[in-house]
Amino acid sequence: MQMTGAEIVVRCLQEEGVEHVFGYPGGAVLFIYDELSKQNKVKHILVRHEQGALHAADGYARSTHKVGVALVTSGPGVTNAVTGIATAYSDSIPLVVITGQVPTYAIGEDAFQECDTVGITRPCVKHNFLVRKVEDIASTIKKAFYIASTGRPGPVVVDIPKDVSAQKTEFLYPASISLRSYNPVVKGHPGQIKKALQLLAQAQRPMIYTGGGVILGESATELTEFVRKLGFPCTNTLMGLGGFPATDKQFLGMLGMHGTYEANLAMQECDVLLAIGARFDDRVIGNPKHFFDPKRTIIHVDVDPSSISKRVKVDVPIVGQVRDVLKEFNKQWDLFKFHTDLPALKKWWAQIDTWRGRQCLNYERSTSIIKPQFVVQKLYEITKGDAFITSDVGQHQMWAAQYYKFNKPRRWINSGGLGTMGFGLPSAMGAQLANPRATVACVTGEASIQMCIQELSTCKQYKLPIKLICLNNRYMGMVRQWQEFFHGNRYAESYMNALPDFVKLAEAYGHVGIKVDKPGDVEAALKECFARKKELVFMDFQTDQTENVYPMIPGGKGLSEMILV
Amino acid sequence: MKHIISILLENEAGALSRVAGLFSARGYNIESLTVAPTEDATLSRMTVVTRGSDEVIEQITKQLNKLVDVIKVVDLSEGEHIERELMLVKLRAVGKDREEMKRMTDIFRGRIIDVTDKDYTVELTGTGSKLDAFLKAIEPSAILETVRTGSSGIGRGDRVLKV
Repeated sequence: MQMTGAEIVVRCLQEEGVEHVFGYPGGAVLFIYDELSKQNKVKHILVRHEQGALHAADGYARSTHKVGVALVTSGPGVTNAVTGIATAYSDSIPLVVITGQVPTYAIGEDAFQECDTVGITRPCVKHNFLVRKVEDIASTIKKAFYIASTGRPGPVVVDIPKDVSAQKTEFLYPASISLRSYNPVVKGHPGQIKKALQLLAQAQRPMIYTGGGVILGESATELTEFVRKLGFPCTNTLMGLGGFPATDKQFLGMLGMHGTYEANLAMQECDVLLAIGARFDDRVIGNPKHFFDPKRTIIHVDVDPSSISKRVKVDVPIVGQVRDVLKEFNKQWDLFKFHTDLPALKKWWAQIDTWRGRQCLNYERSTSIIKPQFVVQKLYEITKGDAFITSDVGQHQMWAAQYYKFNKPRRWINSGGLGTMGFGLPSAMGAQLANPRATVACVTGEASIQMCIQELSTCKQYKLPIKLICLNNRYMGMVRQWQEFFHGNRYAESYMNALPDFVKLAEAYGHVGIKVDKPGDVEAALKECFARKKELVFMDFQTDQTENVYPMIPGGKGLSEMILV
Repeated sequence: MKHIISILLENEAGALSRVAGLFSARGYNIESLTVAPTEDATLSRMTVVTRGSDEVIEQITKQLNKLVDVIKVVDLSEGEHIERELMLVKLRAVGKDREEMKRMTDIFRGRIIDVTDKDYTVELTGTGSKLDAFLKAIEPSAILETVRTGSSGIGRGDRVLKV
């Protein structure tokens, strides 16, 4: 049967089992919107800004392991979406982004709402396509989903000129696709796996460090089994939280710039390090030169060979899907009856326990002013650690990562790589739509929330009962903290003295707003917030303006050079 | 150290800019880059000459391999290989220089492919360093114009880069 390009786009989405598309209409995508309105399998979620569409699709993907889908128009639709695409790219989130383009005959003529979408997005996508013929739409969309979701995942942009979406052709959706130039590795090298297990068995001071790859690779179960089997200490990166249960006694907390004392020192002092689905980035190990001394043996498992030996030279690289490799680890450890050096391990744990004794996450309690850490701790208790928590970027993000204990993967959703303020609210929308019965809360700050505040309107339209936990310290807190530490307390442009009344603002959008300014009221207010199951509640906590995130490794310093409270 | 990297990639619009964009985005240097379709018109063969430490070259080849359009990547400098570059150079050739320029061209096994009463245009093929040596051997003011293609490379013997 002959179909228009637009009809084909919608049919392809149906074939891929897409339930939600996040988007914003415009001239170049009108044929596609017309077709969307004629069916009800793929539900369109109308955002208020294209950045919101991308973050929502992103939150949807992060909370489910599905590919998130966004649809935006040409020109400004695309440029608004770029922040969201780059955010997903930095954290390897699978997205398919369909963008409208001016008609093929107008490309290159500086037409109205024309931009070079493929050129602009090239550095921040896994791959992108410009579809020049209607016959290519179906196979291109198939390729886009395949590329986005396999190997190291990432966003893929499909740019479709308006005339192509209007032309007709036969619709045939390929059942499968193979690309000669793209064949991601699955299985790890057996020889390397065996070598890794031998090294782990001999380790005196072992450490397991895992990142977002464990979450993306759906391997939290396999990781947990392996870590418990060996009895080794384990730390997660900001992106990897939930990969290993945070309440397990073998968990040392998050590592890195704002990681725990025990996790950072164990990383620095270990003799054999197993890194899984992580990339030794600057916020994790700080200065690589400092990390080289003392020397340790490093085993690195990652699906992306370019992540291996990029910042840190690795001794045993294992390229393969994290889940597959971990399954082999578990199988062969038992099969070949490997065992750890128990006396050495006992000594190592004793050392770690003395570091733990430093209690680096302790903070001064107050009865007069709300401590932001306290709000996150209460949030954890009241939601029983079982909520989907999204966050924006800054101090509140770090406190959420430090004080909310994530026992399951995909519950912690934040922009770790790009660090995009404005990510929290729209990504919570995606998570809530994907998990309609779950509790979804967004830990945010008064600066970040204003970067995508318009999405409160989207939440009203689709009745999304998200709970916004705003740690309002009237500062861009992380900027203020750096200015305090490194710029002589000169708080250049980090103070906001014209803040809106967030309670009234929430109400103006048709939601509930609650302002809390006394520590004694925090718990009751949070309980009321979460009791309102059907409503979005904006919790405006007036928190301590001077609170800092500790521990902290200053930029360019090493893991053992933490500033402690 | 100088490396000659050969890339086999899909002959698609934008494939070249993906490679060029990768080098600029990650701060790798490109000394030269040549590209053209192969006997199979769906494929392009590219040769990139770059410099960097072993770690940088390892990253360059890994990052190139990661590009979806790239099918194969080989660092030719790792083994026996042949490198050729074509240069067209216009030389001032008047008076006694006329004979001198012809002799230099012969010594370097070049060919004079265009002649006027004032100049020769010389075609010269060889490794980049041979072309450099030719230019050094000519008196600078006699060089009116040079055009170089950048190096192309191929492995020796049965070292074959194919799909």
